[in-house]
Amino acid sequence: MSTTREERVEFVVNAAGRRVPTVVNGAPARPFAGLGKPASEGRKHGPPIRSAADYPGDGDKRVPDLKTALERCGLRDGMTISTHHHLRNGDRVALAALEAAAELGASDLMWLPSASFPCHEPVVDLMKQGVVHHIEGSMNGPLGAYCSHGHMRGLGVLRSHGGRWQAIQDGEVHIDIAVIAAPTADPFGNADGSHGPSACGSLGFALADSIYADRVIVVTDNLVPFPCIPWQIQGNNVDCVVEVDSIGDPTKIVSGTTVVTKSPDRLLIAEYVARFVRDAGIMKDGFSFQAGAGGIALAFVAYIRQMMIDAGVKARFVRGGSSSYLVDLLNEGLTDYILDGQTFDLAGVQSIGEDPRHVATSPFTSYNYHGKGNFASMVDAVVLGATEVDVDFNANVVTHSDGMLLHGIGGWQNCLFSGCTILAVPSFRDRIPVIVDEVTTLTGPGELVDVIVTERGIAVNPRRQDLLAALEGSDLPIRPIEEIKAEVERLVGGAPTKPALGDEPVAVIKWVDGTVIDTVWKVPEARDPE
Amino acid sequence: MAVGGRGEAGRAGDDVRSDLHVVVEITDGGGLEIEVISKVASLYGDSIEGTTRTTLAGLGLENARVRVDDKGAVPFVIAARVEAAALRAGAPGGDARPERSVPRERHTARNRLRRSRLYLPGDQPKLQLNAGLHRPDAVILDLEDSVHVDQKDAARLVVRNALRTVSFGEAEVMVRINQLPLGLDDLSAIVPERPDVLLIPKTESAAQVIEVDARIREILGTDAEGAAPVWIMPILETALGVESAFEIASASPAVVALTIGLEDYTADLGVPKTLEGAESLYARGRLVNAAKAAGVQAIDSVFGDVGNEDGLRAWASRSRGLGFEGMGCIHPRQIRPIHEAFAPSAEEIEKALRIVAAFEEAEARGLGVVSLGTRMVDPPVVLRAQRLVDLARRAGLIEEAGS
Repeated sequence: MSTTREERVEFVVNAAGRRVPTVVNGAPARPFAGLGKPASEGRKHGPPIRSAADYPGDGDKRVPDLKTALERCGLRDGMTISTHHHLRNGDRVALAALEAAAELGASDLMWLPSASFPCHEPVVDLMKQGVVHHIEGSMNGPLGAYCSHGHMRGLGVLRSHGGRWQAIQDGEVHIDIAVIAAPTADPFGNADGSHGPSACGSLGFALADSIYADRVIVVTDNLVPFPCIPWQIQGNNVDCVVEVDSIGDPTKIVSGTTVVTKSPDRLLIAEYVARFVRDAGIMKDGFSFQAGAGGIALAFVAYIRQMMIDAGVKARFVRGGSSSYLVDLLNEGLTDYILDGQTFDLAGVQSIGEDPRHVATSPFTSYNYHGKGNFASMVDAVVLGATEVDVDFNANVVTHSDGMLLHGIGGWQNCLFSGCTILAVPSFRDRIPVIVDEVTTLTGPGELVDVIVTERGIAVNPRRQDLLAALEGSDLPIRPIEEIKAEVERLVGGAPTKPALGDEPVAVIKWVDGTVIDTVWKVPEARDPE
Repeated sequence: MAVGGRGEAGRAGDDVRSDLHVVVEITDGGGLEIEVISKVASLYGDSIEGTTRTTLAGLGLENARVRVDDKGAVPFVIAARVEAAALRAGAPGGDARPERSVPRERHTARNRLRRSRLYLPGDQPKLQLNAGLHRPDAVILDLEDSVHVDQKDAARLVVRNALRTVSFGEAEVMVRINQLPLGLDDLSAIVPERPDVLLIPKTESAAQVIEVDARIREILGTDAEGAAPVWIMPILETALGVESAFEIASASPAVVALTIGLEDYTADLGVPKTLEGAESLYARGRLVNAAKAAGVQAIDSVFGDVGNEDGLRAWASRSRGLGFEGMGCIHPRQIRPIHEAFAPSAEEIEKALRIVAAFEEAEARGLGVVSLGTRMVDPPVVLRAQRLVDLARRAGLIEEAGS
């Protein structure tokens, strides 16, 4: 089933004007056809039928170690192994699973992480050894460099959190074995993330895998007798349970405290975002917003909190990544609920474990394109970042301006469907302008990006005349995007020269519906700085 | 030409951003050999080399080995670092100034609103790029205390280039030169770029102001005619300076304000600088009185603890009460509390507007006496109300449409 990139690939130009391959890792791939255009048909992919008779009646599915579990699950060459990033940079389970597979002599595996972190750097060696064939998931740091320079044998596939669920339900991705790290679990396989020495909050990223994978392994360092209460992963979907000393480094799973940015420019951006949400009339009783854990997003929460207090306004719900900043809103009665996708600090973990108004969500509830709706489009305003935006409001979040892979998509694409999508970005980083003529890698179409907030001013997408009308009389610096771009170019000595990228694809970017929205091209090695 | 001469300038290291390090070695032939290492090489490599070449050409340097280690610096910084390294290597010198890329609209006037003025270390270009966006009434590009004694030449080039290429928005642009006589050398580089205000540190006599003023006129020559002058703001930082406050303030028509440097002043007195500032009350009171007597603004020192916003507000509020019209900032987050503290309150504005309206009505009706309700209003009260309304208007605190 595995193919290599050396095979000849046909390209087409998709509806966004980007050149994309028609075949990805041996399977046909649909080009992006425009928003809301393509309809997948037929029935959803289903897991194989299992029978209770084949599982121990006493519910004890424990096996001694990961190797035994993988053997029981029928590990073979070429299989797809999935893992999840709720332990973030403290994760020890993904690497342990892939290394156990290596010890069992497996090769050509496809690794399907919901996201990868710097702690997963040794996967580079596993790829060199042939154990891992390629990665479908976010790649950054050394993994991103390995892929960007064209060393990976298959094409990288980058999907949003919702897109990962969609791809699993489409059958585009078939998970042979899912390995789920669980901060608490019982011998039956019920598992939860809000308690235990490695508590991380929600396990939502692993939910699809637990339902759709052929085999499911739960790995825990906090085994409790049945029942594990509460459970987010249902043991009825689980094949084996492995007890280990430690699933992760707690200091890297969550941060002790989340600290807001001190950069005056970033604080200014955050304040502009909050004032925009207020002045555009979005901040009103019963409203909702989503802001992540980036420096600007946290500072935004701090500013909007004060504005809500001053105006006597309360939100119905807010969406995380949660941190102490959202927890404060909950405790101060400024929001009725936190609907939490992942949990970034100790205050967040404690709150989700103790407060029933702080609810764990999953990419199914929040982001999945094949759901009958999802929460993301019900959020009034979302504050996101980007590495580049262009004058048509198209945005890039996956590569740096020099073409190197930088970030995964996360929930970013899915969040674009909110009532008001705000990209909060500095107008330049070092010398590199953020507003460009054409983004290096298209990750989100401009039709869905409503507002760009920089420290030099705020650009509102001309499609959103309603927002512009609502802002009549506001003293915010609303400016044409071209004007901000020209001002930055004057400062930094002109627009950058376009880097000469190779004509060899190294990864594709999927849109939320499973189509290919853009291609990531090989970056010549010599241009990797220092 | 100093063949074999070697000079370096700028910053190196992993934590450096938006700056660069340059080494220039003058050779006796072979043209310019330029090596560029940059984190933005694939995007701006040619531009970095071009800026380097143009700058060296401006200095008349034709043969040299140049190594540029760039961390994403903008062109004016590259030009300043290359020029500093080349001059240190012994290059002959010449006009290597970058093209003026922003029109320098001068936002200045003798009696301009000067509530806040944000200090920007002259040798840290990264902090200068976006300073105007935080909307201080003024920025101060500092060549004095924030610049290490070994970097005075380099900082002067950064500041000169910034004046040509960085927009500071609607802020008045000030430069703090070094103490005289070093400060006179700063003038040669800075004055042709027409900063709005020059600050003279540790001023102790009228003669020093007169000397700077004369040097400014000499540099500007006929350019000075017709245009707004380059204003002068002496900083009093010693007991002697405070004793000479009035003569310093009236030394030249170019003086627009007096200000005080409390770190040096308290050191001169030999007392600790406190949060309440009782030890400098006499000096600050004396300064305010001298400034008003000479018809110039009185501007307070800085508040050093950036994290203590309540302390800043309390200081600024007392400062306004003493008669100061503004103070310095060492971080953008101090700007808003200062603007708020130096702004008249809504009640004050409302009362002043009523007094001014009553005065205007009395004038229109040819009445000699202004009255508000059943009370008579004395002329000095009218004058104070007019000043307050003027200040509030300039600070944007009065809705013009409704009035």
